[in-house]
Amino acid sequence: MLSYLVQRLFLMLVTLFGISLVIFALLRIVPGNIVDVLFDAAGFVDPAEKIKIEKDLGLDQPIVVQYATWIGGLLRGDLGFSYVSEKPALAEILPRIPITARLAGLALLFAVSLGVPLGVVSAVKQNTRLDYFLRVVSLAGLSLPAFWLGLLILMASVALFGTIPIYNAAPKSMWDSFVMYAVPAAAVGLRSSALIMRLTRSSMLEVLRQDYIRTARSKGASERSINYSHALKNAILPIVTIIGVEAAFLIGGLIVTETVFNIPGVARFLVEAIRWRDYPIVQNLVMFIAVVVVVVNFVVDLLYAALDPRIKLGA
Amino acid sequence: MSGSQARTRAAISIAVALAATAGLASPVLAQKQGGTLKLYQRDSPASASIHEEATYSNNVPFMPIFNNLVVFKQDAPQNTVETIVPDLATSWAWSDDKTKLVFKLREGVTWHDGKPFTSADVKCTFDMLMGKGTNKFRKNPRKSWYDNVSDVTVNGDTEATFNLKRPQPALISLLASGYTPVYPCHMSAADMRTKPVGTGPFKFVEFKANESIKLVRNPNYWKPGRPYLDGIDLPIIANRSTAMLGFIAGQIDMTFPTEVTVALLKDIKGQAPQAICKFEPSNVSTNLIVNRDAPPFDNINIRRAMALAMDRKSFISILFEGQADEGGALLPPPAGIWGMPKDQLETVAGYGPDVKKNRDEARKLIEAAGYSADKRLKVKVSTRNIPTYRDPAVILIDQLKDIYIDGELDVVETANWFSKVARKDYMIGLNLTGNAVDDPDQSFYENFACGSERNYTNYCNKELEKEFDLQSQETDPAKRKVMAWAIDKKLQDDVARPVIYHSRLGTCWQPKVKGVTVMVNSSYNGYRYEDVWLDQ
Repeated sequence: MLSYLVQRLFLMLVTLFGISLVIFALLRIVPGNIVDVLFDAAGFVDPAEKIKIEKDLGLDQPIVVQYATWIGGLLRGDLGFSYVSEKPALAEILPRIPITARLAGLALLFAVSLGVPLGVVSAVKQNTRLDYFLRVVSLAGLSLPAFWLGLLILMASVALFGTIPIYNAAPKSMWDSFVMYAVPAAAVGLRSSALIMRLTRSSMLEVLRQDYIRTARSKGASERSINYSHALKNAILPIVTIIGVEAAFLIGGLIVTETVFNIPGVARFLVEAIRWRDYPIVQNLVMFIAVVVVVVNFVVDLLYAALDPRIKLGA
Repeated sequence: MSGSQARTRAAISIAVALAATAGLASPVLAQKQGGTLKLYQRDSPASASIHEEATYSNNVPFMPIFNNLVVFKQDAPQNTVETIVPDLATSWAWSDDKTKLVFKLREGVTWHDGKPFTSADVKCTFDMLMGKGTNKFRKNPRKSWYDNVSDVTVNGDTEATFNLKRPQPALISLLASGYTPVYPCHMSAADMRTKPVGTGPFKFVEFKANESIKLVRNPNYWKPGRPYLDGIDLPIIANRSTAMLGFIAGQIDMTFPTEVTVALLKDIKGQAPQAICKFEPSNVSTNLIVNRDAPPFDNINIRRAMALAMDRKSFISILFEGQADEGGALLPPPAGIWGMPKDQLETVAGYGPDVKKNRDEARKLIEAAGYSADKRLKVKVSTRNIPTYRDPAVILIDQLKDIYIDGELDVVETANWFSKVARKDYMIGLNLTGNAVDDPDQSFYENFACGSERNYTNYCNKELEKEFDLQSQETDPAKRKVMAWAIDKKLQDDVARPVIYHSRLGTCWQPKVKGVTVMVNSSYNGYRYEDVWLDQ
């Protein structure tokens, strides 16, 4: 087990190193840099001033030196300064992480608490009207674009309640926080819940046909016990995988929801930073998202062993 | 007439006069102190420094922090020399030869950090703008505004003089723009980008990128009783649909100025009929830039043919449902002060009402250049990936087909637009030009002078530039106007940067917001907000 953990840790570091190279290279390949964007707001490009600003920002250094400077700083906990706001990158990134974490957490909670039970019901009630209905709902959930659903919710809110659930100011209490994030979380969680529901259904259907389920039923176990204690427990591995994938996606993939509901989270900030070619922000934010994805995957792998005793980590 | 009759008649006269006054005058409300105005900000500004940016995304949130020496009267919709009022200056005077502009400065004014305002701050600010001194701006987009200023000198703490190389009556208008605040000498340019300090009615509280900008009332403002508001909150809402829904729901007091299009205006009036909306010219023109140094566009006939092919009315009809204006480089009247009147405009090639005749003429020109229905000219029409640029570019491509030009849309990301234009890496481009001040000097020198940084097409006509100087020195506005028309006509005839239309755009606010004035000939100068109050 220990050797497995060490091995995984090593692999995680290699993955993160690879990602750092890719993101660094990609940002430099994309045409234009922060100075071009700064001058865009000024309506002209002054070549002399451009060179001076590039020098001030260290963009005139060789690529290798720029990379080494960034990675060296990252290892020391120095993320550099945002080119745009001229504030420390850490101070810019840190306040946005809890915002996105809350939104993503609530969305995931919504997705799991809706997707798993409805998936089970849909499988157990296979080919009934309820199953057809739930399948249509899940298909719709997968098909509705998040921006469309978000705007539809906002329009309906204005028409029905005369108010819209957009981010105005930092919530002061847990309840305020819940109220603020509930609607966008539901909007984004619908797609995830549809995915989880469909996967739960297919996984359950496969398990429900197994001999041990028939045996449990013949032994007189209750349907509830069969569905949740025997079937779901054995069907859960792919569901856990998809929940892990969705959790990782939600941290960096909320751009549309954050934009429509005007939430100042990580994803919207990342897109703006890419638009500005704000390298310190983009690089560090992408690394943060990469760390989340890698860690979530690692946790999912550990969960496999916890959920299925047949899986021996490192064996 | 007896004394009692006279008294009776006088009493009746007074009563009638009072009744007439009561009936004719609009109801006057006593301004109320307090409340925070919630105005959405359309995007996250690059910095908080007005002098370093060239978009009114900066003026709207940060102009309330500052004062100028002089400013366009904030409750007058049209910016003219007559509507310029003292701000940090108490008065100004020209020397007899019109080469010195002397400002007497207000005493007892303090910066938001408590330090006193003096003439040294005025000198510092304009030295920086002229590229002098040790404290330098990272970007200085309006340096050319002060090309005619040799230096700024001070006399004690309360007098500053602008010494000019030649007379330039328009300088006072440039100084009255929202783009010309006075900065404190004791703050670095870098600090002014992140935590600006001014003398204005509102103090800077915070600017969280992509989240919000907050301003609070300056209790020590030098103008007694102002501002009325306790503060201004500007949540940054990048998605226009979300922002408009927020306004309709009443969660936003005022839209970002000029953000309301014709279609959105209908939506707002349908869902929030109580909203007060103004749809006015913005002094932003949409124009064609042609790479005149590269074949085949080095051929004047091809450039002229393109100018002749444009059906401006179609653009205006499709994009603005008729609510935009045809004009030259200068904003046309009645909103514009200096633009060519309609009868003059129609004498310019391509502006005549007979589109078919214009296009017949265009086809002859392009045939003379060697193109025909069988040998069509293939071009790329480059523009920024923003709807206000992209949409007219599509219409332009369609119209050029009529004169054997097949255009392909080349959408350029904003980050690369100006560098692409500066490299002359384009054939035809569709561009927007905003004029901060409705004055020929600002437009001509900035956009059409040889070597100007914002002269994107490299149009250079030394003879015409002499005309620029002559009109610039002319002190009689009527004579200057005629000179400006002649220059504008020449610029259009030379296809320097053919103007397609001048847009009109809307601003809406809730009925409780009072004291808002939308300026009709600039989108850059009317955001001091010291006269705005909330009736709640």
